[in-house]
Amino acid sequence: MKIFEYPAFNKSPKVSDEVRKTTCYMCACRCGIDVHLRDGKVRYIQGNRDHPINRGVICAKGSAGIMQQYSPARLRSPLKRVGPRGSGEFKEISWDEALETAVSWLKPIRETDPKRLAFFTGRDQSQSFTGWWAQQFGTPNYAAHGGFCSVNMAAAGIYTMGGSFWEFGQPDWERTRMLMLFGVAEDHDSNPIKTGLARLKERGAKIIAVNPVRTGYNAIADDWVGITPGTDGLFVLSLVHELLRSGKIDLEYLLRYTNAAHLVVVDDGGPRDGLLARGDDGEPLVWDRARGEAKCWKDCGIGAALSGKFEIGGGLTAIPAFELAAKKYLDSRYAPDNVEKATGIAAAKIRSIAAELAHAAFEQEIRLEQPWTDWRGERHEFMIGRPVSFHAMRGISAHSNGFQTCRAIHLLQLLLGSVECPGGFRFKPPYPKPVAAHPRPCAEHGPGRPMPGPHLGYPRGPEDLLVDDAGEPLRIDKAFSWDAPLSAHGMMHMVISNAAAGDPYGIDTLFLYMANMAWNSSMNSLGVLEMLERRDSSGEYVIPRIICADAYSSETVAYADLVLPDTTYLERHDCISLLDRPICEPDAAADAIRWPVVEPDRDVRGFQSVLIDIGARLGLPGLCKPDGSPAYADYADYMVTHQRKPGIGPLAGWRNSDESGSGRGSPNPNQLERYIENGGFWTSRVPDDALYFKPWNSAYQKWAVATGFYDEPTPYVFDLYLETLCKFRVAAQGHGARQPPDHLREQILDCFDPLPAWYPPFEDALGDGDEFPLHAVTQRPAAMYHSWGSHNAWLRQIHGDNLLYVPKEVMDAAKLDDGGWATVTSRHGKITVRVRRTAASNPRTLWTWNAIGKRKGAWALSPDAPESTNGFIVNHLIDELLPPRPNGMRWANSDPITGQAAWYDLRVRIEPASSGPASPQVPAQASPVGLGDGMLEYGKEWSE
Amino acid sequence: MTSLPESVDSKLGLVIDLDTCVGCHACVINCKEWNTGGYGSALSDGDAYGSDPLGAFLNRIHTYEVAGDSERSQIVHFPKSCLHCDDAPCVTVCPTGASFKRSEDGIVLVEENWCIGCGLCAWACPYGAREMDPGEGVMKKCTLCVDRIYNENLPEEDREPACVRACPANARHFGDLGDPESDVSRLVAERSGYDLMPEQGTRPVNKYLPPRPRRESDGISLDGLAEAERTGSDGFFGWLDRALERLG
Repeated sequence: MKIFEYPAFNKSPKVSDEVRKTTCYMCACRCGIDVHLRDGKVRYIQGNRDHPINRGVICAKGSAGIMQQYSPARLRSPLKRVGPRGSGEFKEISWDEALETAVSWLKPIRETDPKRLAFFTGRDQSQSFTGWWAQQFGTPNYAAHGGFCSVNMAAAGIYTMGGSFWEFGQPDWERTRMLMLFGVAEDHDSNPIKTGLARLKERGAKIIAVNPVRTGYNAIADDWVGITPGTDGLFVLSLVHELLRSGKIDLEYLLRYTNAAHLVVVDDGGPRDGLLARGDDGEPLVWDRARGEAKCWKDCGIGAALSGKFEIGGGLTAIPAFELAAKKYLDSRYAPDNVEKATGIAAAKIRSIAAELAHAAFEQEIRLEQPWTDWRGERHEFMIGRPVSFHAMRGISAHSNGFQTCRAIHLLQLLLGSVECPGGFRFKPPYPKPVAAHPRPCAEHGPGRPMPGPHLGYPRGPEDLLVDDAGEPLRIDKAFSWDAPLSAHGMMHMVISNAAAGDPYGIDTLFLYMANMAWNSSMNSLGVLEMLERRDSSGEYVIPRIICADAYSSETVAYADLVLPDTTYLERHDCISLLDRPICEPDAAADAIRWPVVEPDRDVRGFQSVLIDIGARLGLPGLCKPDGSPAYADYADYMVTHQRKPGIGPLAGWRNSDESGSGRGSPNPNQLERYIENGGFWTSRVPDDALYFKPWNSAYQKWAVATGFYDEPTPYVFDLYLETLCKFRVAAQGHGARQPPDHLREQILDCFDPLPAWYPPFEDALGDGDEFPLHAVTQRPAAMYHSWGSHNAWLRQIHGDNLLYVPKEVMDAAKLDDGGWATVTSRHGKITVRVRRTAASNPRTLWTWNAIGKRKGAWALSPDAPESTNGFIVNHLIDELLPPRPNGMRWANSDPITGQAAWYDLRVRIEPASSGPASPQVPAQASPVGLGDGMLEYGKEWSE
Repeated sequence: MTSLPESVDSKLGLVIDLDTCVGCHACVINCKEWNTGGYGSALSDGDAYGSDPLGAFLNRIHTYEVAGDSERSQIVHFPKSCLHCDDAPCVTVCPTGASFKRSEDGIVLVEENWCIGCGLCAWACPYGAREMDPGEGVMKKCTLCVDRIYNENLPEEDREPACVRACPANARHFGDLGDPESDVSRLVAERSGYDLMPEQGTRPVNKYLPPRPRRESDGISLDGLAEAERTGSDGFFGWLDRALERLG
């Protein structure tokens, strides 16, 4: 019997007036989103089912886009600083005044000494544009944030295999039987990884997660390996030891697809020591086993020798690279029993993982009935797969041994024959792309002229370093100098400290885009604030001018002299370009756009359009027509009409006037409409016979040329042995015209091993382990990406403050109270934070979520917000320099090969503290946008 | 007090897979953004940018460290929303009839116009699955997206709860748990899905799938597979030579 009749309600309420499909920007993943609009406002954001990245799903960050769109922290107008730097005191100015101010600062710089502009972009997804702009301006001082993010992954991947982990490849989710994850937190391909892990579990594949912290993906893995930070390379080389010892390696793969057989010159201490033996044509030589003679590698595939010592003419002796590798890794120092203590992983566990890898690779071989033809013209009836895959990210990258550790993981993949095969790790177009197809870095500059080449690239040897005749760095961040020769992404984390110190020179203007350098994106944050405020004897700031472009009132905005307010990601044009960091899948090339699905309600402009405007006002080549008028109306116009070279533009889809062009073709004025009609993206499927073995597959090479990735087929082999590193070693031994400074010779000899190597993280090697016995790392939470996302009204209810998770053993030994306060001390600094007991981490590792602590007054949050009172950042514990060595010199706290900031090398100790709040506290900044206030009832008008 | 229906035509509910949930909160926030403009009043956020932000959510993820036999703990992410119980104590305790269970599909809803915000239902729910809206003072709870699942303004494939549509880890499934032949019922049978706190006698419709057994070691020994060490006194390089001969 019904007691009440319930009022009927509408089961089919109106959802939206319109759905507009664009690309998310709540993290680096770049998923497709369907934005439901109602009454001109965002009603709902869901994942785009057709999109290659997310196939309909969406994460917490993407779902919180509404709160990002309507955040009170949005900048509303251009701002001019009126208070001291850091005060947050500004006055609103017009765009005319803002642009004229910027031009009045930049024009004299360009005309006299363009390097005095340092232009660095943070979470920039338009690097192919911003870099090109900086090239037209003529400053050598441009990079994005890769140097403190994950350049070790990118550089190790490109140098070893012509493609990297990160977002440039992925496991073969549909075929792999075993996946090992190393140091993977919740960013870079976050939705694809979650979707992929679920798919692996559905298929019964095994997941092993290597991470000091057992959150997120590690929580659902079959096996969690709670490794000691910075020892992954040693662990991996122990796996290599086991596989070699037992002969569980893919010799045919090594011979066909790697430089394992390439001959290495034996010239003890001489100028050719360790370099590859080369023929007259400059190509590496191998030893033909049947004929007993040296031959060009291209003319000898599986018949090459992998061991032996050979006379190769000219009085030279050479050994196959593989023999050097085998001897190195068979050494007992890599035996599981001997790495157990350093890594914190039981020897039996290491042996068992090695066995499982071997079992999956060789006992569960995949045989696809898909014929293919290799670059030598040899037809293969099957695609043979080794269903073992790997993925690694910042936990590997952010160590001073990260480059070599990532190389060690790649070595393991190559020995198992599991890259670019069914079930293995697969590249996403336009990768694979070997070093030879990448530019060399360029810093050639002069008054009033553009640079002849791009800033960032891949040096082949000392000859490509960006140093002057005295060996001094040409770039403000000292990228591509002897300090960090292979710093392929620049070294943004060194810019402010170098500029403040005038080392190697001073600058006039620091121009930052979407980079929170005055807080969570710098090491030594308090020191950076002081540098930004530092004045010279005449009372002028030592960094005379700072321009900051951002959409939100960040900590860094408070330090700008001029603020250029950006739009939100829903209000702008953008291209997710194949020239940049594309969104492709292994099976398809893809790119995408953003377009204004909501109109801005403030006096803001998309940064890229502003940069185009400034470029035209400066008269930069490429940004002006011959008559001096602007070459592009705005960024949307650039996206469609710019050609990097004839037929190649920012967007690959629907090129040519008949819209027939994929990759190559002339600009099509209707291109953006086609993208919008197609859901904001474009894809082009890789042909079936080109899906695997891409670097060596003639069908892939042909398709890649047609699509514009290469100008001619570019087959190559993977560099198990990296000769480039050896060239630096030879230089450090005193050979060659370009010589490192003496204080770096030993470090280069130690670290630039052409075979993947492990050395202790530099902080560990300082030898005061008793004083700082613990490790401290951060993890990026799944529900929050950087400071932009953590001020979001919904996301901050998940991660509004953070605790330091402390292993139970450490809690007990230090007599800490769960939920109480503790002081954490590093060589550099001290923080007071609240602690939480855990047994789900490495027993010597403290950890917390990153980028949650905020400066009071930033991000339009109330000054008593938990982000400021309880939240904290560990950046205060980390210096950009290591402590002085006995000779008084200080080394960068970076990987010596790539310059990657070594965040995770951090060593600390912990003691009880009596009370909070979290410290250090920085006095509040004024908020130029006021503070968010009161009760939010978003969507109230739509409830029925 | 309010009565439960004597029978229901179907038992719509969720099956939540604890094996693949990585605790990413996608379901939590997507639920929030759908429902703040959906059935009933908005899901308010008190002090949204202040010292004590407190909003109404219909779905939350709790993260637990689970100590087992091992020295280190396991972490379990546990999504939790209304379980749409057959014997829903939140309904029978309601003094105004505002809380009710629908006879057609078993969904437990709150008729907000009748809700006096007394909070008895939240006390009665053993799962903590109801939250008072800080703005409107009415009780909010999971509606199973009753304004999506029948909504003819949505494409048919989207007529499922927002959390299910969003979940990147495929950890959420929606269907009729009263029909033993439904996909969700089969999933529950195959994966030994279980009731949350059955001792409470609430007979929840939603089911949880336990983590699959972890395969820490497959018991494979490299020595069992190894060739190189078994093949003679000439060691690794002797093995290598013979292996290359076999390759041709």
